Amino acid sequence: MTERELQAAALVPRLAAALAQAAGDRSFTFMEVCGTHTMAIARYGLRQLLPPGIRLVSGPGCPVCVTAMRDLDTVVAMARLPQVTLCTFGDLVRVPASRTTLAAERAAGADVRVVYSALDAVQIAADEPRRQVVFAGIGFETTAPTVAAALLTAREKGVANFSVLSMHKTMPAPLRALLDAGETSIDGFILPGHVCVITGSDIYRFLADDYGVGGVVAGFEPQDVLGALLALVGQQRPEITIEYTRAVRPEGNRVAQQIIEEVFDPCEADWRGLGVIPGSGLKLAPACSGFDAQARFTVDPGEPREPAGCRCGEVLRGLVDPPDCALFGRRCTPEDPIGACMVSSEGSCAAYYRYQDLDG
Amino acid sequence: MTDDRILIGHGSGGKLYRDLVRDVFVAAFSNSVLDRLDDAAALASPSGRVAITTDAHVVQPLEFPGGDIGRLSVSGTVNDLATAAARPLALAAAFIIEEGFLLADLRRLCASMARTAQEAAVHIVTGDTKVVQRGLADGLYITTTGVGEIVVDHDVSAAAVRVGDAVLLSGSIGDHSAAVLAARGEFHFDLALQSDCAPLWSLVEGALAAGGTAVRFLRDPTRGGLTAVLAELAESAGLGVEVEEEAVPVAPPVRALCELLGYDPFVLANEGKMVLVVGPEKADDVLAALRRHPLGAQAARIGEVTSAHPRRVALRTAFGTRRVLDMPIGELLPRIC
Amino acid sequence: MCLAIPMRITAIDGKMATVELDGLSQRASLMLLPSASVGDYVLVHAGCAIAVLSEEDAQETYDLLNEIAAFGAESSETEPDD
Repeated sequence: MTERELQAAALVPRLAAALAQAAGDRSFTFMEVCGTHTMAIARYGLRQLLPPGIRLVSGPGCPVCVTAMRDLDTVVAMARLPQVTLCTFGDLVRVPASRTTLAAERAAGADVRVVYSALDAVQIAADEPRRQVVFAGIGFETTAPTVAAALLTAREKGVANFSVLSMHKTMPAPLRALLDAGETSIDGFILPGHVCVITGSDIYRFLADDYGVGGVVAGFEPQDVLGALLALVGQQRPEITIEYTRAVRPEGNRVAQQIIEEVFDPCEADWRGLGVIPGSGLKLAPACSGFDAQARFTVDPGEPREPAGCRCGEVLRGLVDPPDCALFGRRCTPEDPIGACMVSSEGSCAAYYRYQDLDG
Repeated sequence: MTDDRILIGHGSGGKLYRDLVRDVFVAAFSNSVLDRLDDAAALASPSGRVAITTDAHVVQPLEFPGGDIGRLSVSGTVNDLATAAARPLALAAAFIIEEGFLLADLRRLCASMARTAQEAAVHIVTGDTKVVQRGLADGLYITTTGVGEIVVDHDVSAAAVRVGDAVLLSGSIGDHSAAVLAARGEFHFDLALQSDCAPLWSLVEGALAAGGTAVRFLRDPTRGGLTAVLAELAESAGLGVEVEEEAVPVAPPVRALCELLGYDPFVLANEGKMVLVVGPEKADDVLAALRRHPLGAQAARIGEVTSAHPRRVALRTAFGTRRVLDMPIGELLPRIC
Repeated sequence: MCLAIPMRITAIDGKMATVELDGLSQRASLMLLPSASVGDYVLVHAGCAIAVLSEEDAQETYDLLNEIAAFGAESSETEPDD
């Protein structure tokens, strides 16, 4: 182990003990809203270190899981166009759309390519001028500026055969919608560390000011999450603080924010499980409409079909735990996923299933 | 007429074919059996039980840091025989070559096969060649079949595994997958790491000498990685397996790559590693024997077989928490989330 | 929802940087972090550097967490309505 890892390993049990003592016999429900936090909590088995009174629920933080079926069907329809090379992050490849997946379409002859970065998609477009490269843009505020940067690069280099299908979403609005709906009582939020690298933490002040719910911006190591929980339990009054100070500033990354504003405009977005939320999506700004895949291509995604019995929506709202869904572990498994919460490796259901706690 | 490339005629069985066999394959692999160029190779029969295994190799790119399809095919077959505790006796190699393939490349890959076979003290005694038209076979596919002599009398299989047995791993995991991924160039990164591709018979032979009948189970973690081997073991043995995450060696570049792309090192393929399940009374001796071998320098005891959670594999993290390792699913995909 | 790892900038050419971690190296865009310099540790997400990481802040976090861990242990020894 490295020096840093040794420090962490020593901190974790002490933080867990401190958390148990600080929580005492009080009960709390905290929500994390970042798929990477869902994964980290599962990977490190953090729930096993929590006192019985602390319940951790997952919110709508997995960008794949919250992508509406109609949007998934639109990606598939684009991929089917013979002149299109559909570039996507790996996260989308196995997600079940209404009738198919990108993996199945690729097997049937569609030109679907996995990229690690939107900039790689621009390079592919530059290298293959006869293809129309469409980039499937999913992700929140951490990813949106990287896609914006790719679009600006395409424009600067005159790569005209590149376009973006924007399905990007932003985080504050769904939290407001969740709290307005009042379906589940949330005592505090573990706020998304890398989203806040870009946006800063100040934009979450409304949670404390308007709803009386505190939040702590957390990093992704186990000591980060435990430290954030300890801070939440210890809050005398609701406030927004930063645990992940090594990467997050209250004002965020201004350059990245400006690039988002240059390329995208806010719009309403359809969140699977939450419905349409105004101001929660990003569409290409008029000045960038030349790179908008939806303007360049007309496709018919068909009627969206939600799988019967799937409770992804309620899982995303923190209303139920994955095992409460009748399909969980029976008809819906990571090998044979029905809903996005299972197929996305950081969906709540996948995390629950793959990192199950053992009995005994 | 270009004579530096494979032509369709090279697969047609006539003079071109005979020239190719003689000038490329026999030149690289020459041995008393192969040189006879019979359609079937006659071998002396061993005294013990015989093991046979076959594998097709379709790796891209054909050459990568630490190896190539030739080395991979010989190592893969020798290692499959080793999991049956079988000393390799003879290999057969079938080549499917794409029209236009450069002869210089073929010679280089055959030289690599010959070197690897020599490391494993085995000969390639017979083979076959087919040529397919341009656009097929991604350059070259190789299928190798191996015959081996089982050198133990006791059962080496999941059925032999007992509660309390130690799980050993001969070295770091994920190296091969990481090196090939880097070489493939889809994700544009460089890695200061090579594939671990290597034949392991002498490593296994040393382990068997040290452990005797206490060596219960051998498996190489290729596709599906360490998790697949342990999950299959638990399922077949009907017992539980417990693994200490911190005990499993992962090279820093592999760890960094997995953090970057969202991969789990435990499901990445390896081509020069062995998992051994050994009775506790001999575990230290076998571990020492592995570590004395150049290919086992990083060998580690990573876990044990348990009666708890039968048929499931539990991973104990550095923080004392536990989670289940399930069979990995299908395609390895990077993620940004 | 964002995998990002800390990598060190070893070279910059124009808007692109060469970044390295433990023997893994790749190129990352500095379009979102134009102020970064060679030698900086940066968080890299989807091919872009998004923040400069401060070693002092990292150590500070550890110190802070150590403090809260100790404080948590102390507060259990005080009365609940303190």
